[in-house]
Amino acid sequence: MRDGANARTVPRAGELGLIGCHVCNAVCADAGHAVAHDVPVGVCPRCGHHLHRRRPDSLRRAAAYLIAALILYVPANLLPVMYTTFLGSGFASTIFGGIIDFWTSGSYGIALVIFIASIGVPCVKFAIMGLLLVTCQRKSTWARPERTRMYRLVERIGYWSFLDVVVVAIVSSLVEFHQLSETQPRVGILFFGAVVILTMLSAMSFDARLIWDDEEA
Amino acid sequence: MTIYPDLVICEHCDAVYQHHALAKGQMAACTVCGSVLYQGHAFNVRQRLALAVTAAVAFLIANICPVITINLHGLESHTTMWQAAIALAQGDAAPIAVPTAAVAVLVPFLQIALLIWVLWFAQSGRRAPGFTSAMKMLGILRPWSMVEVCMLGILVAVIKLSSLVQVYPGAGIWATAGLMILMTLVAGRDVSQLWSLTRPAAAAPA
Repeated sequence: MRDGANARTVPRAGELGLIGCHVCNAVCADAGHAVAHDVPVGVCPRCGHHLHRRRPDSLRRAAAYLIAALILYVPANLLPVMYTTFLGSGFASTIFGGIIDFWTSGSYGIALVIFIASIGVPCVKFAIMGLLLVTCQRKSTWARPERTRMYRLVERIGYWSFLDVVVVAIVSSLVEFHQLSETQPRVGILFFGAVVILTMLSAMSFDARLIWDDEEA
Repeated sequence: MTIYPDLVICEHCDAVYQHHALAKGQMAACTVCGSVLYQGHAFNVRQRLALAVTAAVAFLIANICPVITINLHGLESHTTMWQAAIALAQGDAAPIAVPTAAVAVLVPFLQIALLIWVLWFAQSGRRAPGFTSAMKMLGILRPWSMVEVCMLGILVAVIKLSSLVQVYPGAGIWATAGLMILMTLVAGRDVSQLWSLTRPAAAAPA
């Protein structure tokens, strides 16, 4: 499983003049035109999608989505996500405030679940995607299997951060008792949802094969 | 351009392997980067179709019956995932209602509908009209389907509200749990095996 052991014995698609379709995974012959790696070199005979050796503009798109997500993560955490009125008195809660509430009321497990989904997962995604983008830009050969594993982790955990949006949606649709008690979504949840979507787009734009590309590739 | 049906390329590192038929429950992993290349078919087309139809039933129940009912001093209120998404459409945060409705309701609905469509024809090895678009669409939709996130969200909401009001789980919560399991069984990555299990209309069915 280590880099160097099998990386040399297993041929890569580029070396064999093959190209994998991004859409239907068909293994197609690469016509072998001497063009850049993200320029379409033909269409997939099976699904008709353009064939690229690598996803177009992968690093630039992934970086753009990631930076946008980082910027929006600030208002997502500072602005309230929900406003609750109970018997005339109202209070706004932020994502972190919600976690603290659960923690102080003794619901440690649920506090931990929300902490992981709302703060842990986005921060892990920022760190890993940032690391992958920098190392791939430099065509680093460092820890390739581990970096690929990190990418798979980001792909797998990415959407769990949407948890908070779902909770705010359910709570604000249920607690609608007018004078007695009411909850409403606040703009923080819009920023937070945008962060989740943007980090997912960043991970989708990133082409993990770039981790394994040397200078010649 | 030609296709090599007996080859498979690792999507994460571009390593090329020979395709070997796998038994149910077996899995082929890339020896270079460790990614899963492909899996043995857990279900045949007819079983998968049956599961997809079951998912459609679960989806209907999950979206018609309330997932949670709450009671505050005799006042009752209940909601479905669809109503929850609509509830976001107020004030400054309103735009988030659109992606929420999409990931919670529209995407799973489209996945189930498209799956039933392609699987129905795939029973006899045929490709449904619009097969290519449907398969592409399924690939695009898959990462945006968040039934399991909704399930966890419902549970968190139950706990969050239980300190303030009386909370009753509705039939929708069980249907959502069932739907979550069914979606992982029928709408996973291995849907792409339908490419090799079906033949284009022009060619004779194998």
